[in-house]
Amino acid sequence: MNQPASAYFMEERHDPNETHTLSVLVANEPGVLARVIGLFSGRGYNIESLTVSETESQKHVSRITIVTTGTPMVITQIKHQLDRMIPVYQVVDMTLTGRSIERELAMVKVKGSGDQRIEAMRLAEVFRARVVDATNESFVFEITGGTSKIDQFVNLMRPIGLVEVSRTGVAAIGRGPDGM
Amino acid sequence: MSDDKSHDPNQMTGAAMIVRALADHGVKHLFGYPGGAVLPIYDEIFQQSDVEHILVRHEQGAGHAAEGYARSTGKPGVVLVTSGPGATNMVTPLTDALMDSIPLVCITGQVPTHLIGNDAFQECDTVGITRPCTKHNWLVRDVNDLAKVLHEAFYVATSGRPGPVVVDVPKDVQFATGTYHPPRKTDVHVSYKPRVKGDPAQIRKAVALMASAKRPVIYSGGGVINSGNEASKLLRDLVEATGFPITSTLMGLGAYPASGKNWLGMLGMHGTYEANMAMHDCDVMLCVGARFDDRITGRTDAFSPGSKKIHIDIDPSSINKNIRVDVPIIGDAANVLSDLLQAFKAEGKKPKIDPWWFEIGRWRARNSLAYKKNNDVILPQYAIQRLFEATRGHDTYITTEVGQHQMWAAQFFGFEEPHRWMTSGGLGTMGYGLPAALGVQVAHRDSLVIDIAGDASVQMTMQEMSSAVQYELPIKIFILNNQYMGMVRQWQQLLHGNRLSHSYTEAMPDFVKLAEAYGGVGLQAIKPGDLDGALQEMIKVKKPVLFDCRVAALENCFPMIPSGKAHNEMLLPAEANDDATAAAFAGGKALV
Repeated sequence: MNQPASAYFMEERHDPNETHTLSVLVANEPGVLARVIGLFSGRGYNIESLTVSETESQKHVSRITIVTTGTPMVITQIKHQLDRMIPVYQVVDMTLTGRSIERELAMVKVKGSGDQRIEAMRLAEVFRARVVDATNESFVFEITGGTSKIDQFVNLMRPIGLVEVSRTGVAAIGRGPDGM
Repeated sequence: MSDDKSHDPNQMTGAAMIVRALADHGVKHLFGYPGGAVLPIYDEIFQQSDVEHILVRHEQGAGHAAEGYARSTGKPGVVLVTSGPGATNMVTPLTDALMDSIPLVCITGQVPTHLIGNDAFQECDTVGITRPCTKHNWLVRDVNDLAKVLHEAFYVATSGRPGPVVVDVPKDVQFATGTYHPPRKTDVHVSYKPRVKGDPAQIRKAVALMASAKRPVIYSGGGVINSGNEASKLLRDLVEATGFPITSTLMGLGAYPASGKNWLGMLGMHGTYEANMAMHDCDVMLCVGARFDDRITGRTDAFSPGSKKIHIDIDPSSINKNIRVDVPIIGDAANVLSDLLQAFKAEGKKPKIDPWWFEIGRWRARNSLAYKKNNDVILPQYAIQRLFEATRGHDTYITTEVGQHQMWAAQFFGFEEPHRWMTSGGLGTMGYGLPAALGVQVAHRDSLVIDIAGDASVQMTMQEMSSAVQYELPIKIFILNNQYMGMVRQWQQLLHGNRLSHSYTEAMPDFVKLAEAYGGVGLQAIKPGDLDGALQEMIKVKKPVLFDCRVAALENCFPMIPSGKAHNEMLLPAEANDDATAAAFAGGKALV
């Protein structure tokens, strides 16, 4: 039987998902991150990555960078929902501006001996990763770059002896002289 | 030794600041329930006479009473409850107010700051629990922040798209002494700037569309009511100037008078045939202060397929949420309507839409609200019609519970003015109507306030009868008693093979005796012939009344758009035989 889908998502079915990076300037007050995260969980939006830190301590302003996926209509809705929260100053879609730099930092622990160590060091050099800890049988590499570069580095380390990874998530900033 | 601080009139305890701030914001009435964590505030309330406190019987009652108060006055409703269960009992009215954009300021007590996080007695994470059901909320940890937060709370609740806010005040902050200041502009969060003025370029586009329309319709909503009386007046002027037909959501009833010649009746799931067909077939739709929710649109991919849509809303997140619109205008309804009206008049062209009215006339002739007369049992539609006739000429306010009776009230009671109709639209809260009526009556002591109720809903907050008796609030609870949760039963009949799972109330209280037990008046009507006399009696009595109106048990609410169907797939009462019903509802089980 031809079952009609729910009225709530009917419109969205054929639109492909897009990934967008949003920069959100918020007043750094208690609970502000919970509000932002609660919005995403409560309305069923995705969070691929989220970073948050105070950026202007004088003004008590924090910057939250969120990587999210959804149809264009959902992405617009997310921006409006964020923007109407009381402590939110501004929401900028870094993906739409097309002029942003996105970086994350990862620390990658690799265990091994002999040739494995040499291979790990060689790859680290190619990726401009730094050694920040070393023992006779392990390294911790620090690497910064775009998400795909870090994904690639981690994938290469896996057969060599990847132990664990810690990533900061994406931070983004616009190019050129102007701020948000 | 000089002690300057003791002479400073702005030095006071947190508890005193709260009462002072209420007075400074012109609050006359406060709905609440005392408890351990708000005792210092209650002590202050006891020692003043600016603000009258109305004691309810359950915190949910306080919340809905404040909603009724707010909706009928345009002022914020104020609630005071204690920590823990006091706060959690407020979750339903807060959510209700958020869904229907009702300004509420709710002050909750909290355990002392040093006990927060310790699972103390009557502790709960109030700001955490109420975060998703408020427009904004605050936990005040320092008494010197309290004045600013309270003033900001009133501003946030009442400005932009109104909504509920919570200010959570630990008991030690209520006791502590600090500096109060009266409301000032800098109390407002710098990041909160609602936009109230519409973009002139967008308004010009809207006027161009309207001027060229052949089959226009105006679809207005609760935002027009929220914007204030000026918005309703401008809406009427716009209808007059354009000659366009107008329909409204459940929340928007009364903005345009039901007796107005361009009125199509309510639209949506239980709206009139002419309203829904006009929405479906229109070429230009002007939506003012409504949000295209699923009860309005039905099937979104078949919603008004051929129209250009203009959407006026103060909340940018309402734009393109469910339905893509062509001309969004962000701003306050009164502001935008004023600019729109001016621009439309300047254009000087009133489109010729006589053929459209002719078409609408044919839809009207289907008489979608018709029902079969009955001389033996009272039909609920008939009961509402008689109630409407009986209250004509009175200064009447209507509240409702949620269910069939609510839809019949919306269909058969004609609202001529805004702020006269209080109902739980978005959240659909059974138990809203009785306490809401209480709140309305507090604000309008001499008016006739009637809760059109169902027998199931009314039992959810029945205890507030006691509050009504205490404060001599002569609210009239007009119960359409069919012994069923009527709307649940209707859906079970239409969608679940008539298996009436737990929708029949086998033990019903004697509402007449119950009224008397509370100290009110009980009335009953069983036969159609009893109705008018009993209604006159109800209106005459100056006490709270429970009116047990026994109505046909199995009456269904039509017309109806089955959910997931389009506006032009309405089921009309005359056509609702078994086969047609089965076909119309096929496959709709999964929907709400």
